[in-house]
Amino acid sequence: MIKPKNLLCAAVLLTLPAFASQALAGDVSFSRGYTFEERDGKSIYENVCQGCHMADAKGATGAGRYPALAENPRLAGKMYPAILVLKGQGAMPVFGDVMDDEQIANVVNYVRSQFGNAYTDKLTPAEIAALRPPKKP
Amino acid sequence: MTEPSSVLPMSRRDLLAMIGLVAGSGASYRAMASMGLVAESTYKGPIKLDGGAKGKSVLILGAGHAGSVAAYELRKAGYKVQILEYNERVGGRCWTLRGGDKFTELGGATQTCGFDPGLYVNPGPWRIPFHHRALLDYCKRFGVALEPFVQVNYNAYLHSTEAFGGKPQRYRNIHADFNGHVAELLAKCTSQNKLDDAVSKEDTEILLSALKEWGALDKNYSYASNPQSSERRGWEKPPGGGIGGAPIPSTPMSTSDVLKSGLWHHLSIGQQVEFQTTLFQPVGGMDGVAKAFQREIGDLVRYRSKVTKIDQNDSKVTVTYVDSQTGGAPMQATADYCLCTIPLSVLSQIDIKVGPKMARAIRAVPYESAVKLGLQFKRRFWEEDEHIYGGTSYTDMPIRLIGYPNTGYHSSGKGVLLGGYMFGPNAYEFTALPPAERVRKAVEYGSKIHAQYKTEFDNGIAVGWHRVPWTLGCAGTWTEDTRAAHYDNLCQLDGRIMLAGEHASYVNAWQEGALLSSLNAIERLHKHVQSH
Repeated sequence: MIKPKNLLCAAVLLTLPAFASQALAGDVSFSRGYTFEERDGKSIYENVCQGCHMADAKGATGAGRYPALAENPRLAGKMYPAILVLKGQGAMPVFGDVMDDEQIANVVNYVRSQFGNAYTDKLTPAEIAALRPPKKP
Repeated sequence: MTEPSSVLPMSRRDLLAMIGLVAGSGASYRAMASMGLVAESTYKGPIKLDGGAKGKSVLILGAGHAGSVAAYELRKAGYKVQILEYNERVGGRCWTLRGGDKFTELGGATQTCGFDPGLYVNPGPWRIPFHHRALLDYCKRFGVALEPFVQVNYNAYLHSTEAFGGKPQRYRNIHADFNGHVAELLAKCTSQNKLDDAVSKEDTEILLSALKEWGALDKNYSYASNPQSSERRGWEKPPGGGIGGAPIPSTPMSTSDVLKSGLWHHLSIGQQVEFQTTLFQPVGGMDGVAKAFQREIGDLVRYRSKVTKIDQNDSKVTVTYVDSQTGGAPMQATADYCLCTIPLSVLSQIDIKVGPKMARAIRAVPYESAVKLGLQFKRRFWEEDEHIYGGTSYTDMPIRLIGYPNTGYHSSGKGVLLGGYMFGPNAYEFTALPPAERVRKAVEYGSKIHAQYKTEFDNGIAVGWHRVPWTLGCAGTWTEDTRAAHYDNLCQLDGRIMLAGEHASYVNAWQEGALLSSLNAIERLHKHVQSH
């Protein structure tokens, strides 16, 4: 358990970015604070995901690799990418803490309909919410 | 966004709500961990691996600090040692970029560092706290020359786009005024007997004296424009010589302005154990440590080796690898034991024969996003114009900070700043940009603090750690839950395989963590060999 005293510190630390940066007009925008502000799937992909999966969604390989999302048959089921974005695994970071249900649904729907993927069934925010652990009282 | 545009004024209810918000967030915990809320080093002095190696061999994967220190100590203890390393150098994330260095990131973008001779940026670790005793001990033993790293510079800036009209404030002013005003408020409460429940009668007098001293208050316990406060925050006109040398005191900012600015947030950073004076940096770049290890164990390293499979049975470990540059036919190396220091972001993609507990642990640790930028300027304007010698300015803009070189003071010619160091969402967002755009944005933001950026910028280089081919991220991030579920399983000996690295420590993202993890691992491995 984090003790209340530490939580106070954490609150102070983590609210810093709340009065934080603003994007300069007419340019790429950056989030303020410790959550992402991009809302639509395309913005989320281009500002976040493509850092690893690349602009063409073809991934990259070094000592390890970032898998291609383009024409990826593992995206056929919508829950697989949903769980990976939400909970992470291996080199895939956890985004459940820094994106809300709608953001995760939007970016999964975007990737499943772009880059040579043409899946038409949509993920809903409610389906993401159901994957989250119940809130502690 | 549900976050308020400013944290203050904040009611108790707001604060509790915010704590609730934080309590529910694993991201917050990770942020805290990444900001270094951890204890001092547990280093016990040079490791003693007595009793002989019984003719055993150890294959080490990765020649970062964890792999290098293990190779150095295990060879000394009599083991046969070989290292496989993906890169063409020793050091891993202990890495320095200088003029002429090329860096090709994942995705294929290549940057060539354009710095002048003698100038550098450390994309990875850049400072060594005085209590990171393992690292300091190896620096001493290997003759790595150190110089002071300045963490807190009272003449550097604290900056918020939403306070003081976006004008940067000297750290000194915020520090003095925040302490002064708080001391005055507390002194008022004390002398009005409002603290009687908390402070005994005899302690009241002591507290008042202490507040006066701490906050630079006058005899009436006021924080005001006078020599006492100017000795802390600086003078309107500083003391001079000869005629006209008399000083003029400066005027403190109002309590409300200081509180509302939020700039007080940055004051606590230098008070954390990890950032307390004295900190060090190797003379000439952090890779001085890597080069020292390379001198010691370089002969044991097979460079350009990309590990593809780690297998074990009752009698040995077999590791399959290919040349990381040319590919080609798979090669194999065998040994009695394997110490694997490959980052978990990479290891989680390698076929490794370990039990289900360790396998799950390997996949359970995500890697933090981080970006660092080195910017070269035509002159050291921060010294020449603004008298800032080393240390750090902090801002609420995405670059988060500007780091000034803690070396080469007063040198003519060009200079290199750490132009940004981000974690969290902004690090992802910067990584998603092409390298030249990252540099352009950092210059644009930095010019809000130093207008000279606009005319003096020369060239820059930007490293997004998720694009670094051999780590796929900056450092392992644990939560309370993943620690409880997986940490011990990650660190234990699994048959003939043991893991080490900053990810297998409680000092994540620090070089000390890699060393302590590895020393602990080889101590346990050696004990195992002794008893088998």
